[in-house]
Amino acid sequence: MSGILARVGYALALPVVLVAVWWFASAGSTDFYFPPLSRIVAVFPDTWLSSRLADDVLPSLTRLGIGYGVALLAGVALGLAIGSNRVVAAVTEPLLEFLRAIPPPVLVPILILVAGIGDTMKVLVIVSGCLWPVLLNTVDGVRAVDPVLADTCRTYRVRGGRRWWHLVIRSASPRIVTGARQALSVGIILMVISEMFAASSGLGYAVIQFKDGFRIPQMWSGVILLGLLGVLLSVLFRIVEHRVLGWYHGSRDGPRER
Amino acid sequence: MRILLGVAGLLGFGALLELAPRVGLVSDRYAPPTSTILVTLAQRTGESRFWLAVADTLRTWLLGLLIAVALGVAVGIALGTVPVVRRATASTVEFLRPIPSVALIPLVVVLYGSTVTSTLVLVVYAAFWQVLVQVMHGVADVDPVARDTARTYGLGRLARVRYLVWPTALPYVVTGVRLAATVALILTITGELVIGSPGLGQEIATARTSGAVPAMYALTVVTGLLGVLANVATRAAERRVLHWHPSLRAEVAA
Repeated sequence: MSGILARVGYALALPVVLVAVWWFASAGSTDFYFPPLSRIVAVFPDTWLSSRLADDVLPSLTRLGIGYGVALLAGVALGLAIGSNRVVAAVTEPLLEFLRAIPPPVLVPILILVAGIGDTMKVLVIVSGCLWPVLLNTVDGVRAVDPVLADTCRTYRVRGGRRWWHLVIRSASPRIVTGARQALSVGIILMVISEMFAASSGLGYAVIQFKDGFRIPQMWSGVILLGLLGVLLSVLFRIVEHRVLGWYHGSRDGPRER
Repeated sequence: MRILLGVAGLLGFGALLELAPRVGLVSDRYAPPTSTILVTLAQRTGESRFWLAVADTLRTWLLGLLIAVALGVAVGIALGTVPVVRRATASTVEFLRPIPSVALIPLVVVLYGSTVTSTLVLVVYAAFWQVLVQVMHGVADVDPVARDTARTYGLGRLARVRYLVWPTALPYVVTGVRLAATVALILTITGELVIGSPGLGQEIATARTSGAVPAMYALTVVTGLLGVLANVATRAAERRVLHWHPSLRAEVAA
């Protein structure tokens, strides 16, 4: 019991102190750009929990969800195809290295040309950024399949769909999850960036609007909301990872404890 | 053989992008053929303006990376070597790290305007966490036997950091620098693109507003080349700095 208390204490002490310092240090602030935290908190519900929740936050999250989902599926499918064939892997490797090295936000102007400024463009931007971490990690994961397991599968004539599912995808899944985690943080960044260019809705759009209108407390509340969103999504990801990769973490931790 | 196949892949991709607009598969207003992009690129490399933009981008990137690495290593060692401090700060680090750096864009624009400082703040913020997390992992990885040996021989705090903690953490530091270099480059160009501080990103924004489509593609290719360069350079640095480390010695022997 006291162990849990100590852990909660360690986890919460510093954040509480930091927020308290911010709260009191900014309490009497008259600086236009650094409003008191109390005012930022005060404008938060009016700013985000009213109509903006449906008008800005949900469209942003929907686009992120679609783009991220498409990138995951495409990345894993392409990664399996590329990783399981040595010639294809050799042909595509330098090309993929190059395409991955292009900073994803640079593609926004090009995708605006191709797909206009609508939702399609924003989803495409997210897909184009999230694809590479998933794809490259899947390729690496497929290549690193344990040869003993691969031989065992061949000996027992495990083929086709069952081989893909039980051997290849299972072996590659820790790497796929790593790629998916990297892709998520890229995705959030691109969600915001794509809305800063040309948009009529979305979180990034709203924050830029507040900035241009010099509504500084609202702008701060938007920055905080984006931060909270980033944290929330990474916590969600960790929960999903724990479920999906429970067997893997278990197999790594088990022998160490013995 | 592998290299030949790789070159074939690159050439094939270039040929595909050349042919698709030529045969009318896509409009060349959106996707100019590869040859047009390359010609534009060659023209640009003859202009001093292009090289100034490249220099601006490189300067912001290196400066941001340098600050982030220095801060990350110092803070990481300070926080990581004292167990109580590490436990107390872990949750805060975990909380601050996933905050997307672009959330700070409106903030830095309001505070510093469309200047290099704005972009630098973004770059440092984003790259700092990559280094910090790696350093904290590295510092925690010190071999208990080596630690006890150091204590038995009466090594002081500074000597322990120098001869025990630093060599253990170095591989992690190098990994952190490699990750940070990529992130810093992305944020440098993003900052230039969105905030409008001078550099390649700003050139792309200018090309976009003036409708110079081939120039936009050419500059995008340049950013990709810079990214590849960053990867190659950090990998080479990694081999140099860590040539004594077992993980690399094994690679050489194999």
